[in-house]
Amino acid sequence: MLGYYLHLALRTLRRNVILTSLIIAAVGVGIGAYMTILTVLIAMSGDPIPDRSDTLFVPQIDVWGPNTRPKGGTGEIRLPPQFTYRDVTAFMQAHSAPHQAAMYPVALDVTPPKGIAFSQVGRATHRDFFSMFEVPFAAGAAWSVQDETDRADVVVLGKTLAGKLFPNSSAVGQTVSLGGRLYRITGVLEAWSPTPRFYDVVNGNAFSEVEDFFIPFTTAIGHQMQTNGNYNCAVLPSSGWAGRLSSECIWFGFWAELPNATAVRNYRQYLLNYSAEQRRLGRFHWPPLVQLSNVHQWLSLMHVIPDEVRVNSLLAFGFLTVCLVNAVGLMLARFSARASEFGVRRALGATRTDIFLQCLTETAVVGVLGGMLGLALTALGLAANRASLGYLAQYVGGLMRLDPAVMALTVALAVGATLCSGLYPTWRATRVQPALQLKAQ
Amino acid sequence: MEIVPILSALKRNKVGAILVTLQIALTLAVIANGMSIIQGHLAAMGRPSGIDEANIFTLQNHWVGEPENLRASIEEDLAALRGMPGVVDAEATNSYPLRGGGWGWGIRLKPDSSNGGAAGTTLYFNDAHGLDAMGLKLVAGRWFSSSEIEEMRIDDEKGVPSAVLTSALAKKLFPKSAALGQVIYMITDQPVHVIGVVDRAQTPWPAQGFGDEGAEYSTFLPLQFVANQMNYLVRTRPGQLAAVMRAVPDRLYAVTRQRVIDQLMPFSETRTRAYQIQKSESWLLGTVCGLLLAITGLGTVGLTMYWVAQRRRQIGMRRALGARRVDILRYFHTENLLIAGSGALLGVAGGLGANLWMATHMGTARMSWVYIGIGALIVLVLCQLAVLWPAYRAACVPPSLATRGL
Repeated sequence: MLGYYLHLALRTLRRNVILTSLIIAAVGVGIGAYMTILTVLIAMSGDPIPDRSDTLFVPQIDVWGPNTRPKGGTGEIRLPPQFTYRDVTAFMQAHSAPHQAAMYPVALDVTPPKGIAFSQVGRATHRDFFSMFEVPFAAGAAWSVQDETDRADVVVLGKTLAGKLFPNSSAVGQTVSLGGRLYRITGVLEAWSPTPRFYDVVNGNAFSEVEDFFIPFTTAIGHQMQTNGNYNCAVLPSSGWAGRLSSECIWFGFWAELPNATAVRNYRQYLLNYSAEQRRLGRFHWPPLVQLSNVHQWLSLMHVIPDEVRVNSLLAFGFLTVCLVNAVGLMLARFSARASEFGVRRALGATRTDIFLQCLTETAVVGVLGGMLGLALTALGLAANRASLGYLAQYVGGLMRLDPAVMALTVALAVGATLCSGLYPTWRATRVQPALQLKAQ
Repeated sequence: MEIVPILSALKRNKVGAILVTLQIALTLAVIANGMSIIQGHLAAMGRPSGIDEANIFTLQNHWVGEPENLRASIEEDLAALRGMPGVVDAEATNSYPLRGGGWGWGIRLKPDSSNGGAAGTTLYFNDAHGLDAMGLKLVAGRWFSSSEIEEMRIDDEKGVPSAVLTSALAKKLFPKSAALGQVIYMITDQPVHVIGVVDRAQTPWPAQGFGDEGAEYSTFLPLQFVANQMNYLVRTRPGQLAAVMRAVPDRLYAVTRQRVIDQLMPFSETRTRAYQIQKSESWLLGTVCGLLLAITGLGTVGLTMYWVAQRRRQIGMRRALGARRVDILRYFHTENLLIAGSGALLGVAGGLGANLWMATHMGTARMSWVYIGIGALIVLVLCQLAVLWPAYRAACVPPSLATRGL
């Protein structure tokens, strides 16, 4: 029977071309616009490290005290999102989590063997960064504990930079000139681009690429490298590098891996004890306040998905609704115009269910066609959106990709939405009184 | 008038009429909010930065391995740049308007640092050439002389004796009196004398929406910023920007090759980048609004066509009973006006409601009445246009139709 309905549906499509194409256009345009914007939202809301997002944590402590917080806030207490040097070193030494790493972005000049020097953004961090975040190595490995203690000039290169510097040979074991010093390459990474770049959403764009080199935290501090990111102070530091390190200025990120609930509880206790200790020492003048956020909580706390994207998706949803309401009206017109046809079928013995199924099949066919149009428009919309982003496309252009999952979702959404909006017109069609229609003939 | 018969006809076709009403209401709500957001973006993007935009380009310079005497290296570069043909002036600064990153600070009117700030400002560190290099317009007092310029390193805690403010900031700090000669406090408890006021100079950050006064809260300090990474800003004679820009890397490499030159771009590019997101969002919203109007218009055409087809017999009857073509046309236009009008009323309420909700939950700006008014007008006109063709078709129904098939 379904085959027959399908056959009927295709025949009627051709009979009422204008009305049908208007319905398909309404569904297609609505879905296209909605999916164009939803794709970005979906990409932004993805889990950057699915296996571990529940066990990786960012701690926060109240370095600056309640006076620095805006008064009359909405109840959500915003603790400083980064750390001072003295706090991260204390955390690293305490070793209260099995794996932990402090980090900050640095910019250094890379002088290639041939050609002119260029500037490159990298990251200074501890070696646990690589194991904790499951960073894949193409060759070599992270630097050793000894390298960290010795503040050795060692580096792990990203795939792109390694390819640029050593196109024909293996980079591991060679040296590269960074900021006028020679660093020994201990490892080269595989392509790695968690989206969002969860481990640092404070400095720069949370959706930009991963840095192209990594050096030991201790080495960077030893060479007095300034941060390439935010450097915020509640009180002015005293002059010089030593002043910077002993200051209350925050410029470091910190992550800890806490495998289970007990570890989380213990770590929270450690943070509380640490804050209480700092208070006893006269550094903090307020009761301890700490927070531990896993990857999901951290991304939501830091508003990684910009409000604009949410406003846009709301707007696009309004747009889709308008298109669907439009489609309902047109379908109503389409089915009512064929009341006599349904009347004849009913008079010849078709049940209401038969008419219902026939109309639903027709609606589904329209939905599929609308979905295909929507898919094409989504691709077009994403391309246009990428183009309109100009230079920003290199950072966030990757969010605007049409992957198979999104494509399937587009068509499914189109069919589902069309079927929903077809329900009422279909129900109306089944209410046709056979006698009344036949009489009018 | 025909309102009563139209209403009773609509009563028999309730669902269709309600759907059109809803659609028009939603369309209006979305396009009014969209227009308001786009207008805000355009207002921000059109704001002049206060510097001589057409003739300025910038670059980021840093030396590979730190030079022995940073300050001397900077001065050497600046001398080279200022000596190039076609260059009006050049400076090395920490930041400039619309750069995207810079220094923020609080200004106080009393020395006590526990006292709350009177205004937030951005700090620009400039030497004596700053005024000419940026092409700022001085409206009161004077700019710094070269003997006043001190050195500032990144970790320095430095007090300065004097500052130049923008007129927007001056007005904010001293609403009743002239700012010139007044004393303000920043960084340390040492008094800072206001020695000059410039007309406009935007902060390094893009403006937000309409009348964003904070976008011009800028302060210039007589400090030569000294760091390995510096922003060079060069102003050329009119028409020579491209040529000078092309020649600059070689001129600087001639001083020393041990450097990285980055982000060499005309100010127009800086401006484009600063407002890229706003521009992209405006396009997106504009497209959505345009498509929405098209869909609504086409939907109205389709539905009215159907209503006309459904009522051909009645129309023929009316024509046979003496109604003129104009009466038929007027019938459909009035009917449409009734539906679209109630949709617009609903849309005004919905649009304002949605705007209020977004303003409280997502921090968007409140919408002015103008947009909802213009939006309502657009929707009404569009719907009237949409019934033109169907109504014409209806008016063409021959009176004889009434007698056929009876």
